[in-house]
Amino acid sequence: MKVVLVDYGAGNLLSISAALARAGADPVITTDPVEVREAPLAVIAGVGNLGSAARGLAQVANALRERADRSRPTLGICVGMQLLFEASEEGGSGLGLLRGPVRRLRARRVPHMGWNTVTVLRPSPLLEGVDGAAVYFAHSYAAEPADDVAVARVDHEESRLVAAVESGAVAGVQFHPERSAASGARVLENALRWSRSA
Amino acid sequence: MVTKRVIPCLDVAGGRVVKGVRFRELRDMGDPVALAERYSELGADEIVFLDITATLEGRGPLLDLVGRAAERLVVPFTVGGGISGREDARALLRAGADKVAVNRAAVDEPSLLTELAAEFGSQAVVCAIDARAGEVVTHGGRKARGRNAVEWAREAVERGAGELLVTSIDSDGTRAGYDLELTRAVADEATVPLIASGGAGEARHLSEAFAAGAEGAIVASIVHEQPERLPELKAELREAGWHVRI
Repeated sequence: MKVVLVDYGAGNLLSISAALARAGADPVITTDPVEVREAPLAVIAGVGNLGSAARGLAQVANALRERADRSRPTLGICVGMQLLFEASEEGGSGLGLLRGPVRRLRARRVPHMGWNTVTVLRPSPLLEGVDGAAVYFAHSYAAEPADDVAVARVDHEESRLVAAVESGAVAGVQFHPERSAASGARVLENALRWSRSA
Repeated sequence: MVTKRVIPCLDVAGGRVVKGVRFRELRDMGDPVALAERYSELGADEIVFLDITATLEGRGPLLDLVGRAAERLVVPFTVGGGISGREDARALLRAGADKVAVNRAAVDEPSLLTELAAEFGSQAVVCAIDARAGEVVTHGGRKARGRNAVEWAREAVERGAGELLVTSIDSDGTRAGYDLELTRAVADEATVPLIASGGAGEARHLSEAFAAGAEGAIVASIVHEQPERLPELKAELREAGWHVRI
């Protein structure tokens, strides 16, 4: 299945591309709005700074919004998940496909970095088989959804953070499935199955 | 709760894993990515590749290694060792490294940490600090920098480092345990994760480093000699009550 990896200049997409290929997808890295709009699954895999990521994403933002309007599946990973939301304290603004801000973590140790256990909050095709599994997180900011879209949470010190969201054809994970060993591979396989049935 | 991390460190020269005594009589131990994959299968939470050639020449094989590691590894990896400045660090991150560990270049020019954090996010920027008797040293321990290691750690975090990798030159290679005084002092100050390095000989040592506040611990010779020790170490840590990923 063809999966477009949206290339907006926010770092190296090799890792996620290879992980998608291992999960059975045919990943294509692209900036072409038509390809982004039409593909069976689009993945926004940002790392690093949301402000600069949001600027880079501008050229394909409309294509991504059109996908959402047409209920074509889109998966955001890490900063890519944050980009599904609205204004960020890191500067810049996301796509606004989901409502709510992106805020800096309030914990003694920031970034929230390392392997941490996800707790599934309600059944989600994306998270089948990963409830209670440890996956790899590396982030200093997190989305705070205004609506009931969180499907998994993760606890860092005293904070309860949103680990995954899903709302219709829009989904996101705050962790890095491409760096989360077997549990991460499972999430990507789930995502492919989810987009096939959408 | 974040698990405590056990992190094998591989010494790399010319794109190959090497082993030697004080950089002499280096023996070729194989392909770093293949070895890292083996460690990852055995439960390594993360991998550090340390380039010990430490010169700009010969960085070609390193970039090739980083590209292959990005493609094949299913756990995160950090690349460090002899990063001479921003171009080196950028090249490695752009090639696919999850994090770079900057050591001397950050001591020489601390604003490097800020620049890299702004461009790649602080989660990609590790400040590696080598210390002897609490003082920052560089050039493989040969050059004392007249700075207190704990103070430098604090400044590095303020400037944008998202993780600290603190190696005690005093305990490195001794297998007698990590420098706990240093680990505790840095962990008490740091508002980012601290990885302790130097001195791992048995599970008890990792336990002590975690108790002192480290989030992760570097293991080298104990697992290189016997990779099967890795899952054993993690099982022993779990038995000791630590939250580790099995």
